[in-house]
Amino acid sequence: MGRFLDLTLAGITSGAVYAAVALALVLIWRSTRIVNFAQGGMLMVTTFLAYTVVSHGGSYWLALLVAVLSGLILGAVVERLLIRPVENRSPLDAVVVTFGLLVLLQGLAGMIFGGTPRSYPPGFAITGFRVGDHQLLFSPNDLWVILVVLGVMAVLAVVFRRTSLGLRMRSAAFAPEVARLLGVRVGRMLTIGWALAAVVGAVAGVLIAPSTFVSPSAFDATLVFGFTAAVIGGLDSPPGAVVGGLVLGAVLSYVAGYLGSDVVTLASLVVLILVLMVRPSGLFGTKAGRRV
Amino acid sequence: MTATKERENPVKAPKVPPAWRESTLLRHLFWSVLGLLALYLLSISLDPFRNLQLAQICYMAIATAGLTVLSGLSGQISLGHGAFVAVGAYSTALLLEHEQWPIALVLVVSAAITAALGALVGVAAARLRGPYLAGATLALAVGLPSLADYHGLREVLGGANGLIVTPPPPPLSLGESFPLERWQAWIGGLCLVIVLFLLANLVRSPVGRNMRLVREDEDAAALSGVHVARTQILAFWVSAGCAGLAGGLFAMVNNLASPGAFTLTLSLSLLTAAVLGGMGSLAGAVYGAVIVTLLPNWSNNLAQSANLPQEVYANVPLVLYGVVLIVVIMLFPGGIQSGVRWAGVFLRSKIRPE
Repeated sequence: MGRFLDLTLAGITSGAVYAAVALALVLIWRSTRIVNFAQGGMLMVTTFLAYTVVSHGGSYWLALLVAVLSGLILGAVVERLLIRPVENRSPLDAVVVTFGLLVLLQGLAGMIFGGTPRSYPPGFAITGFRVGDHQLLFSPNDLWVILVVLGVMAVLAVVFRRTSLGLRMRSAAFAPEVARLLGVRVGRMLTIGWALAAVVGAVAGVLIAPSTFVSPSAFDATLVFGFTAAVIGGLDSPPGAVVGGLVLGAVLSYVAGYLGSDVVTLASLVVLILVLMVRPSGLFGTKAGRRV
Repeated sequence: MTATKERENPVKAPKVPPAWRESTLLRHLFWSVLGLLALYLLSISLDPFRNLQLAQICYMAIATAGLTVLSGLSGQISLGHGAFVAVGAYSTALLLEHEQWPIALVLVVSAAITAALGALVGVAAARLRGPYLAGATLALAVGLPSLADYHGLREVLGGANGLIVTPPPPPLSLGESFPLERWQAWIGGLCLVIVLFLLANLVRSPVGRNMRLVREDEDAAALSGVHVARTQILAFWVSAGCAGLAGGLFAMVNNLASPGAFTLTLSLSLLTAAVLGGMGSLAGAVYGAVIVTLLPNWSNNLAQSANLPQEVYANVPLVLYGVVLIVVIMLFPGGIQSGVRWAGVFLRSKIRPE
């Protein structure tokens, strides 16, 4: 039972990070109907920048700030330069372009930082909390990860529901033509959407870095898990992304604990296929929601 | 009046094309024989190292041609074709080492095993659209190689070190000093020509037409009586079979099947070859495969002559793949093949002005 509890807690922590990556994918999908396969590469770059700050003696917090700011810029630049030209073409083109960006970023990072995995310091202690004489597999740093992800979600919810920027972004995503007629600068809203998504991804990168390593291809699996979480939630729904992330995190934690960590990525493929077979638009997908 | 005019200015009799151009099958057969001849002449004029590269180009072209049928013809994207190549390579490694079957049989069976897996994936894929399918195949490419190191299978699949493959020696009738590399290039070349011949006929067949219909508009295809899901699964089946055959040749040429050989980079280089050559064109698949196979070699030579540090030139192919994917899709969606086609039309109009 203690082991089950440990696996569940570990799953919720990693699930929170998958939820953040999924959230970034959902933000982009909602505004541009593109799955950003470069998300893993973009958060790898911002995490490497944060690592550079840390390794030169900068604090955890300064590094986090650098990651967030670089994400903001990177997201906006990518949308303007690469996504704008293929936005209205076939989904195949967008997939190939974002996938191309992923490997371009991996190649550039490999040139600059080399392939050796680097360890990234956690923000808080990583020894587990004690309950009685049992040491949980849940540390202050894990609590920090979960709180940050919850905080990011809360901020996004407030931005989208309570601010005029959020209203304009939602209108640009759902009815671009009408929004344009009403004076919304749709193009600018899309750029902001990509920038916001990249910021969320950047935060996720810094949060997950201490538990993986930082290297050009270290976040391939993170991208796959984030995508799976987003699909479980329905790609369209931010709360769905969070639930999807937590569910996936728990499932993968059990798989790693009981079957072995080698098959975790394959297990996420199985989960993905199963969910899509049963509910093609995900658990919280809009189509299924309306049909009920 | 009109009759005299006709006599003065007789309607040109329609040129009767030669018999081999009349029938699709004969035309493809003609090109196949020509291709075999060209590959033969090429292989006897190259040194062993170049012959090995020729064999590598052949298996890359086979896998790329399969991918181009899947993505270009039937409109389903796969980011995980490297996983199918891995399945073919492991099948070949196991069959060659444990069963000692003749190489032709081993390759056919490896292709069949992979095709069966492809049909299975295709069943799931037929329900997935665009980015969903891309994500699922990406998960396959990232996840499948790790299976080799899974503790239950480590004994059979050799873990992270993979399996050593002993390539079949050239038959004695070719002489004792016949180079192994040339024999491998022959096997690869023969497989490539056979695959291209079969795929070219598939593209021209009613099945190929159905695939194009499904790609353009699924609803319209369904309304005109095309079984959409079956067509999509068939495309996956064919394409995975090609990847499996390519994997078998990969194992035979490189004497190895290991998880490190089938990373995301392999899937990526296949996609790059297909996009660069011109998605949907079999000839384009060959050009793309040639460039993608020789690229790492060129970047190596370049790095050595320029004294670049190792981590820079090791990543040159990756950076180029990325740039090629982005630039070609954005600016030249037709790839090399559209350029070749344009040049062909241009030359013909110069030579035979109407």
